[in-house]
Amino acid sequence: MASNTRKLGKTDMSASNEITDACVVFEHVGKRYGELVVFDDLCLALPKQQTTAIVGASGSGKTTILQLVNALERPDHGSVKVFGELIPQHRLQEFRQRMGYAVQGAGLFPHLSARDNITLVARLQGWPEQRIQQRFEALMQAMELPLSLAERPPRELSGGQQQRVGLCRSLMLEPDMLLLDEPFSAVDPVTRLGLYERFEEVQRTQAVSTLLVTHDIREARRLADFLVVLRQGQIEQSGTPHTVFSHPASAYVERLIESVA
Amino acid sequence: MVVLTWSCNMVQANDAKPVRVASKNFAENYLLAEVIAQLLERKGVPVERAFGLGGTLICYQALLNDEIDLYVEYTGTLSQAILQTPEVTERAALNALIVERGLQLLPELGFNNTYAIAVRKEQADSLGLVNIGDLAAHPQLKLVFSHEFLQRGDGWPGLSQRYGLAQPVQGIEHALAYQAIADGAIDVTDAYSTDGELSRYPLQVLVDDRNYFPAYMAAPLVRTAWVQQAPAAADLIRRLAGMIDEPTMLRLNAEVAVNNKSYAQVASEFLNANSAKLTLDPAANRAASAGFWAETLGHVLRHLQLTGLALGAAIIIGLALSLAIFSKPRLADAVVYCCGLLQTVPSLALLALMIPVFGIGFTPAVVALFLYSLLPIVRNAVTALATVDPTLVRVSQALGLSRWQQLRHLRLPLSLPMIFAGIRTAAVISIGTATLAAFIGAGGLGEPIVVGLSLNDTNMILRGAIPAAMLAILAEFFFAGVQRRVSRGYQ
Repeated sequence: MASNTRKLGKTDMSASNEITDACVVFEHVGKRYGELVVFDDLCLALPKQQTTAIVGASGSGKTTILQLVNALERPDHGSVKVFGELIPQHRLQEFRQRMGYAVQGAGLFPHLSARDNITLVARLQGWPEQRIQQRFEALMQAMELPLSLAERPPRELSGGQQQRVGLCRSLMLEPDMLLLDEPFSAVDPVTRLGLYERFEEVQRTQAVSTLLVTHDIREARRLADFLVVLRQGQIEQSGTPHTVFSHPASAYVERLIESVA
Repeated sequence: MVVLTWSCNMVQANDAKPVRVASKNFAENYLLAEVIAQLLERKGVPVERAFGLGGTLICYQALLNDEIDLYVEYTGTLSQAILQTPEVTERAALNALIVERGLQLLPELGFNNTYAIAVRKEQADSLGLVNIGDLAAHPQLKLVFSHEFLQRGDGWPGLSQRYGLAQPVQGIEHALAYQAIADGAIDVTDAYSTDGELSRYPLQVLVDDRNYFPAYMAAPLVRTAWVQQAPAAADLIRRLAGMIDEPTMLRLNAEVAVNNKSYAQVASEFLNANSAKLTLDPAANRAASAGFWAETLGHVLRHLQLTGLALGAAIIIGLALSLAIFSKPRLADAVVYCCGLLQTVPSLALLALMIPVFGIGFTPAVVALFLYSLLPIVRNAVTALATVDPTLVRVSQALGLSRWQQLRHLRLPLSLPMIFAGIRTAAVISIGTATLAAFIGAGGLGEPIVVGLSLNDTNMILRGAIPAAMLAILAEFFFAGVQRRVSRGYQ
């Protein structure tokens, strides 16, 4: 976990609030798709080795934040620093392999078995077979997936199992950072609780910075150490869940909290 | 397969250069070409037959491009369809026009195969029909003509004007017209004056008393360079001048159409009967051709060569092209559009266009089949590769897969079923269209089909059609098997 972190200087006014040990820093980021302006001037700093939840309705720009972090999208202006550096445009693959990625509906490759989905990138990286096997089994165990499922294609797994395989895949390369795009939202409530528990296990055992995008503020409160409420490309409020829930900064945040109370 | 092809082409490496005799794809033209071929062979001149070429355009282009040495043309066709100088009708005048193209008509064979207007004999008798003009007085008669006749400048439009015929007319496929008129379903139709069918049914040809129809005198059309190169062979063919008058041609055509004799047999009998005039030794028939199975097997192998090469090239080039363009939607659209355009070029036109570049025979047939196979392969591959679930593509990028790895581990395996569907469609299309190869003398299963069509011989047609259908089914199984193997390799 030797990520290049540095203390942000006092002059670095753009990085919001009190965070001094950041894994991701957005400075005056603007992003638009044609006519649609997603962000105009977004400043954001996310704490290292903690779980940050970005909460917002659809269209608030929360998924775009993830895609700016792993460089699936580029900012129109401003800068995005990850691991303390600007994103290295000529070494994108290496850069992305330091980040796990899991999405709503799991996004498993339908033609590969659960095992191959999880181990594909490690194999392409040239990991020795033994290391792959050890890591694979450890992850399956952590996600409480029986090894008997290993050779099944995704269509023969339940929604919750698929999602857990997706989490295994995102963790396979021992990433420094996890990017989670609503991975818990497409399953039934009971399965979701199980997934929460598996994820909390990951948080306990792996030293990883997590960026969780969700529309569910309850989920955010349960899983996140730090919370960012996003509304139409603007940050409504950021802080610990406790702060946000006890001192909502705007009527919008208040309503968001009331809606789940 | 490439090796096979070579060996096929090597057989012709003889010391004496064979005379390349061609024919169009209808019975009379086959028969005359066979007469010329056998005449040369009996005098020891080797012959290479390119029979059943797909019509006037193909024959003429092949001759111009030194792919063949001669075929039998008709003066009217030369002046009207090829030169488009309908006012020129005499052989000498026509020769003056084509001399600069390096061509000439040898002396006419003796008959005029022009259009004829036919009615049932009993109806002609009861209504007193003798001349074409007599039709004007009987508006109740049902006039039905071949589509070509209705269109041609020297067909119905001019004829109805010349004779003041105002009746409504309908179109029919020429091959069906004789049966229709014999059955009384129609009353008047167009025919060719030497059609063997005219003597098969009780029909009467009305007299063209106002000399409307131009003359279609049959004569060998040859390359002048060939005449200079093989003067003896040319002289031999000149001896046929005036030997085949209209009754003779009608009788010879009827031998084929009515008595079901082969072209070779009728030609041989004709030469035997005229051996004195032609100073030939009365000879027995040429050695019988290979047996049914051997012949069919030969056609099948040739068919496989044609489609195998064309399809192989289309798969390699089509897939490479698809991989290169699928991510650029505009370019991909443009390429698919172009492949679609190729598909709409009628096969005969495509073949005719290619003669100056590829000549006739194997190569242009493969090129044409290749072009026809591209569309289904490229369209399916591009569509499949470009429409892979964008979420999965995003995930594969986010996992750090390179473009090549994304292709190899995501896009290709997910696109396989559709890519193979395209290949299978292309296989069936090219096996089906490979029958057109016979139009440019490339052989294959199209050969019995083309000959069968010219003879109206269903058995002969089926001899090509059934194996072709079976090949198409086998190709389906073959590629389904390949697909299973390839898919397994990807898992």
